[in-house]
Amino acid sequence: MPEPTVVLKGITKAFPGVMANENVDFTAYKGEIHALLGENGAGKSTLMNILAGLYRQDKGEMIIEGNRVEFHSPADAIKAGIGMIHQHFKLVENFTVAENVALGHENTRFFVNKKNIARDITAVAEANDIELDMSAYVWQLSVGEQQRVEILKMLYRNARILILDEPTAVLTPQESTRLFDTLREMAKNGCTIIIITHKLVEVCDVAHRVTVMRQGKLSGIAQGEEISYQSLTGMMMSENIRLDGKVPAGKAAAAVLEVKDLFVRGFKGVQAVDGLSFTLHSGEILGVAGVAGNGQRELAEAVSGIRGIQSGQVLLGDADVTCASVRARIDKGLAFVPEDRMDTGLVGNMNLADNLLLRSYWNAENNTVTGIHYARMAEKVDQAIEQYEIAVGNKKAPVRLMSGGNLQKVVLARELALSPSVIVAAYPVRGLDIGATELIYTLLLRERDRGAGVLLLSEDLDALLKYSDRILVLYRGRVMGIVDKAQARIGTIGMMMMGTTPEEVAKIEAVSHF
Amino acid sequence: MDMTMIIAMLGAMVAAGTTYLLASLGEIVSEKAGILNLGVEGMMLVGAVTGYIAAVQSHSLLVAALVAMVAGGLMAAIHAVLCITLKANQVVSGLALTIFGTGLSAFVGKDYVGVLTETLFRNVAIPGLSQIPVIGPILFNQTMLVYVSLLLVLAIWFVLEKTSLGLKIRSAGENPAATDAAGVNVFAIQYGCSIFGGVLAGLAGAFLTLAYNNIWMENISAGQGWIAVALVIFARWRPGRALLGSYLFGLVGILGLRLQAVGISIPTQLFNMLPYLLTLLVMIFGTGRPGGRRNDGAPAALSLPYDREAR
Ligand SMILES: Nc1ncnc2c1ncn2[C@@H]1O[C@H](COP(=O)(O)OP(=O)(O)OP(=O)(O)O)[C@@H](O)[C@H]1O
Ligand SMILES: [Mg+2]
Repeated sequence: MPEPTVVLKGITKAFPGVMANENVDFTAYKGEIHALLGENGAGKSTLMNILAGLYRQDKGEMIIEGNRVEFHSPADAIKAGIGMIHQHFKLVENFTVAENVALGHENTRFFVNKKNIARDITAVAEANDIELDMSAYVWQLSVGEQQRVEILKMLYRNARILILDEPTAVLTPQESTRLFDTLREMAKNGCTIIIITHKLVEVCDVAHRVTVMRQGKLSGIAQGEEISYQSLTGMMMSENIRLDGKVPAGKAAAAVLEVKDLFVRGFKGVQAVDGLSFTLHSGEILGVAGVAGNGQRELAEAVSGIRGIQSGQVLLGDADVTCASVRARIDKGLAFVPEDRMDTGLVGNMNLADNLLLRSYWNAENNTVTGIHYARMAEKVDQAIEQYEIAVGNKKAPVRLMSGGNLQKVVLARELALSPSVIVAAYPVRGLDIGATELIYTLLLRERDRGAGVLLLSEDLDALLKYSDRILVLYRGRVMGIVDKAQARIGTIGMMMMGTTPEEVAKIEAVSHF
Repeated sequence: MDMTMIIAMLGAMVAAGTTYLLASLGEIVSEKAGILNLGVEGMMLVGAVTGYIAAVQSHSLLVAALVAMVAGGLMAAIHAVLCITLKANQVVSGLALTIFGTGLSAFVGKDYVGVLTETLFRNVAIPGLSQIPVIGPILFNQTMLVYVSLLLVLAIWFVLEKTSLGLKIRSAGENPAATDAAGVNVFAIQYGCSIFGGVLAGLAGAFLTLAYNNIWMENISAGQGWIAVALVIFARWRPGRALLGSYLFGLVGILGLRLQAVGISIPTQLFNMLPYLLTLLVMIFGTGRPGGRRNDGAPAALSLPYDREAR
């Protein structure tokens, strides 16, 4: 039996209005990868933030490697060998990789010798097979690279207990595989790895032991053989939801969105969308597949009008909206679920009602002579809460206090309220638990069957294959091909995502059949 | 104008610019750590009056300078408690500090208006350096505080750019959450930098009363604290540029008076406006790189209170 490195006993933590953790016990052992699961808002991040010294528990004790500890700051946790990689990375964007790694490290002398530091860090990176340009600024790095900086930071500090909060939520499948290789290696070397994730497939793949939380409490522990998709969902969900495979196809009708020869510049001036054309029909879900950074974000933003384009044409129905304002597009039936719900989707400091109003406050029905019709809004808020199963403590509280899944439901509630004809949904289930994911897809399917056209961007190929009627593969801002659901196979799409044309794919497949 | 007049004018420019320089250096350090302090004017006035009183009473310049620095530092400490510990709005707290400092200095100094003292910072020619043609008489025949300010430019640049303390300060202003997670005591850094800013503002005040105007009168700084705040933006948070900016703004002030002396009359109000106008121009033309990321040197988390447990 390996020795327990982390023992949490009776951890309790309350935030105003919520019990985030209630008497939670948690044990992790040396050399294991331990998955921490639970629905959105179950209290996973809170528990780990306590372990990492960021939050103070109200009650409970922590025993790290046999010693009782008392953390007053993250610095204390670091001294105890604990490192946490947060859901939102904690990196200084305007600093270089080396500066981020060296910051606050005890070996960093008062007089900084950049050469020596870069040499030491590079040595650690090389020993762990982490490729990074030490002099690059963090803001220049992809999400996957930023995560490697965080890991390097922990390795450089000799963290023996590494916590990762939803590390794969924003990674491409390739990057995830690479991450898990690193983590397995670290576990083999005697580290304790704790990962929080909503992707059960990953859990079944890498975890030696699983702890499940539900509504702030411990709800189950599983290890080795007991870890299976069924057993885990059972422990996680408040009620057993049905996760069946088949999704009936949609009935595509008239074109609702046409994009012709679209050229858009992205961040840092790169040619993000490079001559893109496609048509989206009423009653279909058009999935957009592609390795992250191939123009998805710019495409979604250009269609919804929040990013200027260089040239091309965007038609909503028969109306040319190429130069139309965001508001004009909304009035013509466009809904947008942005990639970043907190930055672009919602105003964190405003309450539910105000956020629901954001894209329709000008409509006559929301106004009276004296201003916003708040009595009517209150009804709409209640309706939204009920219809979309939004868990909310205080309806008047700022929405930033809500958990990720609930925030996404708020965005959808707002966007779908206007019965849109076109829905651009960028990564709508990122960071959501299975229950919420299922609900979001159900809602999108319902909209499709109502007659809306849905442009669904996702990094999850399984989900794209399941829910889309057609799949458009983006590669370097161009359409590599559009595949019908019936013909779509993961392998084919994967190859196209790497830049293989459909014709070449067909050839390769023909050869491999014989 | 002949050469000696020009040299004399540039010497006066350095003296006039040193008030700005001391105060804006302090503000740069405070803002680099993320704490915006709009109370410079108030801290400067309190430093000016306490330093002057200390000089009158103790006849010691060292005591006077220390008293002014402590007074400025205490003012900044109020700001620090409000903004760092109590997470109050930094703009409001800074404005309050200015109003409070203006009133407090007038009250404390009312018996010292018109009182003269011989305890003043006199020009000290640095042997050797002051002999250098042109530069010598301009830079090296000045008061002690001018030399101190020049050393501070170097020291602050060095600490910010070349030391691990500087790394911590800059990261606290860029991203306090990341700094905290890296095991740095963000609160200590912010308290320290904020108070350091007040210390220098206090010293700038002492410079005004004991090295430049050689007298105390109500509201003696007359908005120079605000110019120092604007200068930080003008200098894009860099000590070296703060030096250039301070002297430029100093020159603008001197020029108004000199031109009048030679019979060209331009309303002084116009000259008083110039520093702000220049700052606006820098903000308009000096920021942003096309295609790149917006970068005017402003710390990303400037004036945002950091609360570890907040969402
Ligand atoms: N800093 C905070 N202030 C107020 N409430 C908070 C704070 N952090 C978390 N909460 C609340 O505590 C509960 C647990 O949140 P936590 O972030 O731990 O959930 P989680 O399990 O990590 O969920 P997710 O899967 O969405 O990340 C939620 O109801 C959340 O709204
Ligand atoms: Mg979480």
